[in-house]
Amino acid sequence: MKAVVTVMLKPGVLDPQGKAIGHALQTLGFAGVGEVRAGKVIELELAEQDPAQARTVAEDMARKLLANTVIEGFHVEIA
Amino acid sequence: MKAGVVIFPGTNRERDIAIALQAVSGQRPRMVWHRDTDLSGLDLVVLPGGFSHGDYLRCGAMAAHSPVMGAIRRFAAAGGYVLGVCNGFQILTEAGLLPGALLRNASLRFLSQDCHLRVERADTVFTRHYQRSQVFRAPMAHGDGNYFADPATLDRLEGDGLVALRYASPAGDIVPEANPNGSARSIAGILSPNLRVMGLMPHPEDLVDPLMGGTDGLPLFAGMAEALAA
Repeated sequence: MKAVVTVMLKPGVLDPQGKAIGHALQTLGFAGVGEVRAGKVIELELAEQDPAQARTVAEDMARKLLANTVIEGFHVEIA
Repeated sequence: MKAGVVIFPGTNRERDIAIALQAVSGQRPRMVWHRDTDLSGLDLVVLPGGFSHGDYLRCGAMAAHSPVMGAIRRFAAAGGYVLGVCNGFQILTEAGLLPGALLRNASLRFLSQDCHLRVERADTVFTRHYQRSQVFRAPMAHGDGNYFADPATLDRLEGDGLVALRYASPAGDIVPEANPNGSARSIAGILSPNLRVMGLMPHPEDLVDPLMGGTDGLPLFAGMAEALAA
């Protein structure tokens, strides 16, 4: 079972990387780009076969290591 | 003072710390590998700078779960003194021993330069050889030193007097121009509630000998050596 964990900086936490990407997009001529936020996607191959269990495990992993919940939020998708 | 210096894969400032500790105490610190868990007999544990585990995932994220960190947690809970410099500060926040987090520098640049620090609290083991409001110079070298905490945590740190050091102008003014990495409220170093754990981003250990270009950082180590002399 595959879990995809998306980790993003929380709203309100300055994301200079996102700002730099947005600035570069404008430089390239892409008009109408608002706020840009950059994050991480982590794919996990899990032995767990039950989707609900897999989600619980992946969320536990996110809280303990994959995300720093002081500054980041996370979202888990099970595939 | 019996001091230990923790080495993770990718730590690279352990010798700098060891030189500073030996200069003030005459004793060589014990080097502690990250898989070791024996801190017995130590008064002070220092987490030095570097790029532990290649800064993978987040600076300090992997090191925070090393075997030695469990021992350091117990050591701190028992009233032991812990100093985290640069990557060591990042590790202490990732491990939850100090609040907040260190974000990417606001400029997105890795900054290797001198900065000036204003001493906000001089009645701690780490800062006792400085005067309150004294400004001293310190080298800094980091890409992720932008201190962040939510407003409630920042207010608590300030209210409880747990801000040890702030980035300042050489004259001691706390102004945005003197805050190189964009840290919240210009915070460069913070303390635990019992004042026995301190983390800071700059490197006072790299100004402890005239041959290094100055001795601005020496009082920090001399103060610890005096307080923890046994």
